[in-house]
Amino acid sequence: MPYRPLDFAERAKHRSAWVVLPNDLYDPRKGADEYESYLDQLTYAEKLGFDIIAVNEHHQTAYGMMPAPNLIASALIQRTKNAKIAILGRALPLVSNPIAIAEEFAMLDNLSRGRIITGFVRGIGTEYHATGINPVFSHGRFHEAHDLIVAAWTKIGPFEFEGEHYNFRYVNLWPRPYQTPHPPIWIPSQGSSETIKWAAAPERKYPFLVTFSAADLVTRYLNLYREQARSYGYECSGDRLGWAAPIYVADTDERAKAEAKAGIESLFNEYLANPWEMLLPPGYTSLSSMKNTMKLRKSLGSRARNQTIDDLMASGTVVVGSPATVREKIESMRERTGLEIIVAMLQFGVLSDELTRRNMELFATEVMPRLRR
Amino acid sequence: MQQDSTYQVGTIAVRLLSAGEGATVLFLHGPGGLPAWSGFFESLSKKFRVIVPEHPGFGTDAHAECIRDVADLAMYYLDFLDGLGPGPVHLIGHSLGGWVAAELATRNCTQLKSLTLIAPAGLRVKGVPMGDNFIWLPEELTRNLYHDQRLADEILTRPITDEDADRQLTNRFMAARLGWQPRWFSPRLSQWLHRITVPILLIWGREDQLIPSSYATAWENGIPHLGSYLIAGCGHVPFVEKPAETARAILEFLGSDA
Repeated sequence: MPYRPLDFAERAKHRSAWVVLPNDLYDPRKGADEYESYLDQLTYAEKLGFDIIAVNEHHQTAYGMMPAPNLIASALIQRTKNAKIAILGRALPLVSNPIAIAEEFAMLDNLSRGRIITGFVRGIGTEYHATGINPVFSHGRFHEAHDLIVAAWTKIGPFEFEGEHYNFRYVNLWPRPYQTPHPPIWIPSQGSSETIKWAAAPERKYPFLVTFSAADLVTRYLNLYREQARSYGYECSGDRLGWAAPIYVADTDERAKAEAKAGIESLFNEYLANPWEMLLPPGYTSLSSMKNTMKLRKSLGSRARNQTIDDLMASGTVVVGSPATVREKIESMRERTGLEIIVAMLQFGVLSDELTRRNMELFATEVMPRLRR
Repeated sequence: MQQDSTYQVGTIAVRLLSAGEGATVLFLHGPGGLPAWSGFFESLSKKFRVIVPEHPGFGTDAHAECIRDVADLAMYYLDFLDGLGPGPVHLIGHSLGGWVAAELATRNCTQLKSLTLIAPAGLRVKGVPMGDNFIWLPEELTRNLYHDQRLADEILTRPITDEDADRQLTNRFMAARLGWQPRWFSPRLSQWLHRITVPILLIWGREDQLIPSSYATAWENGIPHLGSYLIAGCGHVPFVEKPAETARAILEFLGSDA
């Protein structure tokens, strides 16, 4: 849900579109129009036959206008009848009271009569600059908040929660969630072996979505999940494996690329681009994986270069083309990984309403039906 | 010639640089980690037994899970002093280390003869933001730490081995653990400063861009008997940028105790 009317000349004067970009660049009148457009787009998805409509959370950024995704989810529940509403996800470590997240999700589950899917994330690194939460405790807080929320959903209260980061004398959720034992929990991630190991554990078996990654990484991480499941002694079904990627469909490959170019390149170079210091604050990843990242950085140089749509298509980070091309790319990923979930990001960067809708329609009519089995 | 040894307190072993004889000077380093032994330490060690430990969690040891914040680190150094001997020490702390030293002194001054704080973290001055060392790019960080950009240039052109890079990263993780939030201060420290009863000297680089030298006022207000020394043309690391002047100010303060 990017703020599309962004003044890109002003944006270029700042190190990031996150946290440090002055918010006088946000015009509430234009922003209100943006919310209306996005809500209409998301609602339109149900009419087009999408199974799930997904939203997510990011803070202090022109990249996304959804610091509180449950507000949008709530509006979508009122505007839709059958589609599932997925909140992918809420960033657990950022809150001082995870019970509030358990409560909100339980409310949405009741309001929708069991149509919600929840997502648990840590947020990206910039979120720790934005909220002040110490990134060193991010993993610990995530796991503990997860345990607390699931307990709040499943255990009869009141009970006491005794943790390292969170302590509550009374946990007693009113309302309890509508779905039994609780709404599905999905784990969107850019991929890390620690997260995969945790998500695939037999007591969780949480669907795992790889986001914003090159095709070979998506393949690697989804297969890592599969292998991890096997090592736990079970076979992972495809409905636990997902891929979230920007997708653009037009009647020909050439047209698709021409129409998607500005949206894709603005997404990666203007909205998403961040210095390492903002993206990976100390402790956000483990010390050992950070050491590897830093060695990579040494070879890449400190500033990421701009990516073109050709680069991003070539790496398979985005899927752009005719219906046949897009089907083929997704089928090929399914063959390599067995995935059954595609989170199609059909609006990205500055992509206009008109092109977004056309993209949604073509995806829904020419791609989606043929992927269903 | 300084010694490089290991010192064990409880379950945590830390690296220790030391040299000299006489009354003990204990130096607590800043977020950048164990400083290189330099002319600054050399001149102190001509009159004192100088001890520079590497804080738990810094350097190569990332396993100091029991040190969760600066309060823990202050308690750790009280244990450290109990075992060190003989007798009370002159405590010097820079930046993060200054904060630790002040926290320690508010808890217990019995092992201290004096306290020297160099550009200490620990207090906040509302309306005067500190710099953000965690958001600055590496080059920006070096440039902002020093006033003399020739020194920054020189530091930036030094080759960095993979081992140095790993060490810096480990230090950065531990610094974040201790200082990320609230950023480089404790909201509780100022109300206990009156418990610091030993002689105390405050040194600040006038052009400090990480913790502005105007923060000195907050320390002066909290500790009436504190002496202040401002170094002109100097950033956040006076003992590196103005080593002779910093050493002179400290030696003068410590006076005849050597």
